Amino acid sequence: MTSTQAVDEIVRSEYEHGFVTEIESDTLPPGLDEGVVRAISARKGEPEFMTEWRLKAYRHWLTMPTPHWAAVHYPPIDYQAISYFSAPKRPEDAPKSLDEIDPALLETYEKLGIPIEEQKALAGIAVDAVFDSVSVATTFRESLAEAGVIFCAISEAVHDHPELIQKYLGSVVPHTDNYYAGLNAAVFSDGTFVYVPEGVRCPMELSTYFRINARNTGQFERTLIIAERGSYVSYLEGCTAPQRDENQLHAAVVELIAMDDAEIKYSTVQNWYPGDERGRGGIYNFVTKRGDCRGARSKISWTQVETGSAITWKYPSCILRGDDSVGEFYSVAVTKGRQQADTGTKMIHLGRNTRSTIVSKGISAGEGQQTYRGLVRISQRAAGARNHTQCDSLLIGDRCSANTIPYIEVKHPSANLEHEATTSKISEDQLFYCRSRGLTAEDAVSMIVNGFCKEVFNELPMEFAVEAQKLLSISLEGAVG
Amino acid sequence: MLSVNGLKAKVGETEILKGLDLEVKPGEIHAIMGPNGSGKSTFSHVLSGRDGYEVTGGSVLFEGQDLLDMEPEERAQAGVFLAFQYPVELPGVNNTYFLKAALNSIRKARGESELDAVTFMRLIKEKLKILHLDDSLLKRAVNSGFSGGEKKRNEIFQMALLEPKLAILDETDSGLDIDALRVVADGVNALRSPERSMIVVTHYQRLLDYIEPDHVHVLAKGRIIRSGGKELALELEEKGYGWVLEQEQAA
Repeated sequence: MTSTQAVDEIVRSEYEHGFVTEIESDTLPPGLDEGVVRAISARKGEPEFMTEWRLKAYRHWLTMPTPHWAAVHYPPIDYQAISYFSAPKRPEDAPKSLDEIDPALLETYEKLGIPIEEQKALAGIAVDAVFDSVSVATTFRESLAEAGVIFCAISEAVHDHPELIQKYLGSVVPHTDNYYAGLNAAVFSDGTFVYVPEGVRCPMELSTYFRINARNTGQFERTLIIAERGSYVSYLEGCTAPQRDENQLHAAVVELIAMDDAEIKYSTVQNWYPGDERGRGGIYNFVTKRGDCRGARSKISWTQVETGSAITWKYPSCILRGDDSVGEFYSVAVTKGRQQADTGTKMIHLGRNTRSTIVSKGISAGEGQQTYRGLVRISQRAAGARNHTQCDSLLIGDRCSANTIPYIEVKHPSANLEHEATTSKISEDQLFYCRSRGLTAEDAVSMIVNGFCKEVFNELPMEFAVEAQKLLSISLEGAVG
Repeated sequence: MLSVNGLKAKVGETEILKGLDLEVKPGEIHAIMGPNGSGKSTFSHVLSGRDGYEVTGGSVLFEGQDLLDMEPEERAQAGVFLAFQYPVELPGVNNTYFLKAALNSIRKARGESELDAVTFMRLIKEKLKILHLDDSLLKRAVNSGFSGGEKKRNEIFQMALLEPKLAILDETDSGLDIDALRVVADGVNALRSPERSMIVVTHYQRLLDYIEPDHVHVLAKGRIIRSGGKELALELEEKGYGWVLEQEQAA
């Protein structure tokens, strides 16, 4: 087999997690207007302030143009063709324990290799599984409550902790921020809320698995994590989705807030349906993720492994407001087939002696297109700010592409910035070399790719790192044979 | 061990090997010499299964198996090793990890158990000693940022670890200064054994000062036009390839 054939084979390997679970959904008809926004709010039984908040966002969204600057291509999205709410039926008597959960749903998790029961036991992870839009399983909440940690669906937080929601929701990513953030604010369905009180080190890694499962339903997650003074929390987010025909818009918003001496570690492994060989039917992943290092000496660290979606448009960012605060971004992004990704980060240095690190590893195979887009901004009062950026691209085959677009704005003379970028290729020579030492082409590719990503995997929590490596191998299976 | 009969191969439309015969018995060292463009590298690559060569005739049997029918990794698993003329860099791939994966892959294919980390480290340290190589090599990425001499030594180190039955050294002397050449040759000599055969492909005689061959073959225009003992190499060094070529034409 020639390596080109081999490359083609891996690239063609079908999405493993492609299956649809049959569950009756309570879905709003497609379309969006004020009535729909009110209906969403009403179905979730939200208080007045929340309905108003959504409507304000919706009215602003109507005035915003769709963004076109990212290096991705897709037909115009018809926002009136999307259904904005889908919840598993019987939302008012939501399950209290695993026994009450629809067996078909549990089966889905089994297929994905993430049985909730085992996970509870094995990893000590509290799992707040998001199935479509409403959280259906929340575990370990009691032991978290003992530590004073609030870990719940954001729709619950709206009811149970309205003061926190009113204070923090939209304070990092306002609805005016960008088109998709505006849309999300108007129609967000559910998501995760985490509150870690002062001085508390969250006793376990928090984890939510997302899964998009109803046809033609936009998924608008909203995540809000607040770490009070001197606290620590590590949050893991992982996603898979069933195979489907229509393109699906996913416009999530994630807001992180770290007070003085607090630390938030946010890790993502994303494996949404990327579309078929010709790029049909994949997820559009237009996400706004931003962390606010509000307090002095606070730290926010983003780690992401992105292998799915037809189009990814995502820039997990840090606003380094507090003096001596630290922002980190570690990323592995894989594009193959017709996948497109425009991803990177923004590090906004506002405080003194703020530091940021960016390590971005892009892997492109097949006809994958990938752009790293990063902004490092040092403001006028950010004396002594430092940034180190490293962007590496790895190409597999000769039909893919990778671009690196760094933006750097420095307004303080004491700033210290370093930027390194490389582009390399898995060559036939490398493959042959490995094979002539007894390794199969697949092992060889996996080895080369994992070597390339090592710095990022090192940042992931252990169990996630293993999963990420596996995912990467699966993603590139047959990609280089 | 290895029997090559009437091997013909082409690259694109150009026929490079035009009926090559070679018989290698266990423990023997064969030197293949020849002018540039005679087909030396093509021969090494065809034996190891590299893409881009089309075999148009003849056969190659390795311990009775049809070598040409095997994938490159199967050849390695069967005990064929190619020391590259230009060893390839694998950035980010740790040398120890690479060697362990390679060795275990070969062991697995042979139905042997995989080595655990401790046993493997013991083995690898032992092999380093034979070749007078430094431990620091193990922590580096495969060939990445290595000097020319280091790369060639790393090839021989891999060979020591993988313990092939047949080693093909493709212009291992190219780009080496005299000291590095001696280190590499010492390593190769340390690996000589009655069960292990070697094919040493070289342009110059000087490598053969250090690695003494049992047989010397002159490859020209895609065929072995002359074979002899080690004295043939010396004669070539003195008279040049033109001399054999003229004789061949006269004959």
